[in-house]
Parts: sequence; C-alpha cells; structure tokens
Amino acid sequence: MRRLPLALLLFALAGTLYAGPGNGEWLRKVPAKDRNRANPLASDPDAPIAGAKIFAAHCAACHGAQAEGKTDAKHSRPNLHSDRVKQATPGELFWLLTNGSLNNGMPSWSRLPAPQRWQLVTFLKSLP
Amino acid sequence: MPPPQTSVPLAGPRIAAIFPCVIALALLLCSRTYAQENYFVTYSHEMEEPGNLEIAAKNVTGSPKSGNAFFATALELEYGVKAWWTTELYLDGQTTTDQSTLFTGFRWENRVRPLLREHWINPVLYFEFENINGADKALLEVVGHDARADFLGRNHRSEKKREAEFKLILSSNFKGWNVSENIIAEKNLSNAPWEFGYALGASRALALAASAKSCRFCRENFALAAEMYGGLGERHSFGLHDTSHYAGPVLTWNIPNGPSLRLSPNFGLNSNSHGFLMRFMVSYEIDQVLSKLRGR
Repeated sequence: MRRLPLALLLFALAGTLYAGPGNGEWLRKVPAKDRNRANPLASDPDAPIAGAKIFAAHCAACHGAQAEGKTDAKHSRPNLHSDRVKQATPGELFWLLTNGSLNNGMPSWSRLPAPQRWQLVTFLKSLP
Repeated sequence: MPPPQTSVPLAGPRIAAIFPCVIALALLLCSRTYAQENYFVTYSHEMEEPGNLEIAAKNVTGSPKSGNAFFATALELEYGVKAWWTTELYLDGQTTTDQSTLFTGFRWENRVRPLLREHWINPVLYFEFENINGADKALLEVVGHDARADFLGRNHRSEKKREAEFKLILSSNFKGWNVSENIIAEKNLSNAPWEFGYALGASRALALAASAKSCRFCRENFALAAEMYGGLGERHSFGLHDTSHYAGPVLTWNIPNGPSLRLSPNFGLNSNSHGFLMRFMVSYEIDQVLSKLRGR
C-alpha cells in the first residue's frame, strides 16, 4: 500500500514526460497578465523582417523553413500557420517563447533578449 | 642532454587526426545555428535544443611562472536529449613545451532542468564523471586547492583521477542580461575529500533587438561577458586559504550560418593562480543531427 503513492507519482511523471507534442496544452498555463500583454513592436515595420531572420536561425530546423511544421516517426513539430497560432494573443506567444514547453520538446528561448522574442511574435503573427 | 620523457606521446597525433574529421563532419552537415552560452567556465540555464549537436574546441594556453608553457584542448560534443536534459562528452588533451603532447582523458556530463518554466532564478542540476590523469590542463573548472604549482611538474599519466562532480547552477535572464552562479562539489572516487569551487558570470548581447538586414558584424551577433571562478578548499579546509582564483572578460561572436568564436583573457587574482591564461573557443552547432544523418 505504501508503494501506491510512489507508483502514482511515477505514473504522473511518465505521463508528463511523454505528453503529446503540439497539443496546445500550454495555452491553459499562460497567466492572465501575460496573455494580455501587448506587443511593443507590433507597428514596427522592421520587426517581421528581423523576426523572419531569427526564425530562420533558431526555429526553422524544427518547424520548417516556411513554418509548415515537420512530422516524423518520433516527433511532430507544429505547423505555425495553424489556427491555434493565429488565434493566440501576442502575449501568449511571447510567454511560450520565454518558457518553452519543455515536456513537449519546445525549448525556452529566454536567452534571446525580449525585443527579439517580440520580433519573432510579430513574424509569427504576419504568417498567412 | 634532454630530460627523459615520462609519457609516450602517441595520443597527440591521434587527436590531431580525429579533430579535423569531426570538424569536416560538422561542415558536411552544414551548421545553421550558433552556440549558446557566453562563458568558458560558468554554466547558465541554457540547454542545448533537443536533437541539436554542438561541437566545440575549448582551448586554454598559459605560461606558468617557473614552468613550461602549455596548450590544452577539450573537444566538446554537446547533445540536446530533451529540452530539459543536455548531455556532453569532453575529450581532453594537452601539449607542454619541451615535454610531450598527450590525451589526458574524458568527461561525461549531464545537465537537467528540474523546473520546467522560467523563474527569477532558474536552477539546473549538473552531474559529471571524469576519467582523467594528472597531466590534464584543460582547466574547465577550479576546485579545492588547485593551483599553479600543479602545472610545474612533468607530464605524467600515472596519476589517475576518477572523479564525480556536482554543480548547482543558478541562472537568471533579466533585461537582456544573464547572471549565473555555479556552486561546485567534486570528489575523487578514491579515498579523497570533497573539494569545492565556484564560478560566477554576467553577460549581455551588444544589441537586444535584431536588425532587419542580414549581417555578420551586427551588434546582436556579439556578446560581452565577465566571469570569475576559483576554488573554495576541501571538506577539512574549507575557505579561501591556498586556493586560486581568476577573472576576465569574454567576447563571443556568433557568426550567422557559421561557427561561434569566443575569446577570454583570464587574470590570476592571487599568487597561487597563473598570472595570465588565454582561453579561446570555436564551436559549431548542427541542427537536428540525427534527422540529417538519417537523410531526412
């Protein structure tokens, strides 16, 4: 009986580690104050161009050069032209870039300075 | 008459043969992104992206007072297993003037992020196993009573060091700055006391926003850092007595679609330290290396 909590803990941990990729679970974790943050570079005409450059350097390897996503036997990297990305607020995308979704293979990009993460958000929001 | 060699200088040519092959593999696979950290000794909470492989040569050269000049290289292979778990293999070698060139051992380290979100202070747990010998001069960390005097003897591989090393890495990103603190505990697996050390670093990119044009010399491709590290004695003699300490600036240039170059002059802060060390590093990061090897 004593082993039951340990077994439950291990089960929960395993579930966490092998959570399905790209399931949008992260959206529920975004705090309200982050969700409502405005993009300070939304009206900067250079921001989507600079964001595309950052995307090519850091994101394209997983998400595809055209942000079309990549799927293979082991991984499913989301298509960033999806409705989920289109409907996400800039604050939610910024939160995801900052925190990552480490269980699902999305690294934290907090090492990029905040203006670069906002440039990325602007680029993602400019995708058709 | 030259003094007799105390080691067989066979491993050096082997390293010399392996190293170009590794670099050629990196170029063949076409590096795309650049390396992450802006320090030589200090670790931050930045992890390797999952599936990416970073190949780096961390070099240090010095000329200890009353000793022979040396050049040590640690060939680093860093792989992102998960977004929260990075593993690294180091192959160490060194050459010492008027002595020999030799392979000095390997290190295998793992870094794990226990907290999966960003916080003001982000902890990372670090575990390393080292199998090196007494001739190792890579100076990837300074612990215990490590001192310049350790570098004055002749190269010899008879002293085996099988050591376990643990680090608590604390790291924060704030307004474009990274501030990292490492607390180090190392134990020779034979009967030896725990040794302690520290490393501190602060870094910042020269520009926080990316420019809209493609450029190699844009300020956002450069980062400037300062780091300080040293020993904190042993379990039975904890403190600064008979320890060595270093500090210095670090300049990193992340060349877009190319390697990262890093340079750091280090200055010894007391009489136990080397007066001056020059560190430099070249690194390539290969995106999604296994997918590329599978031809996808």
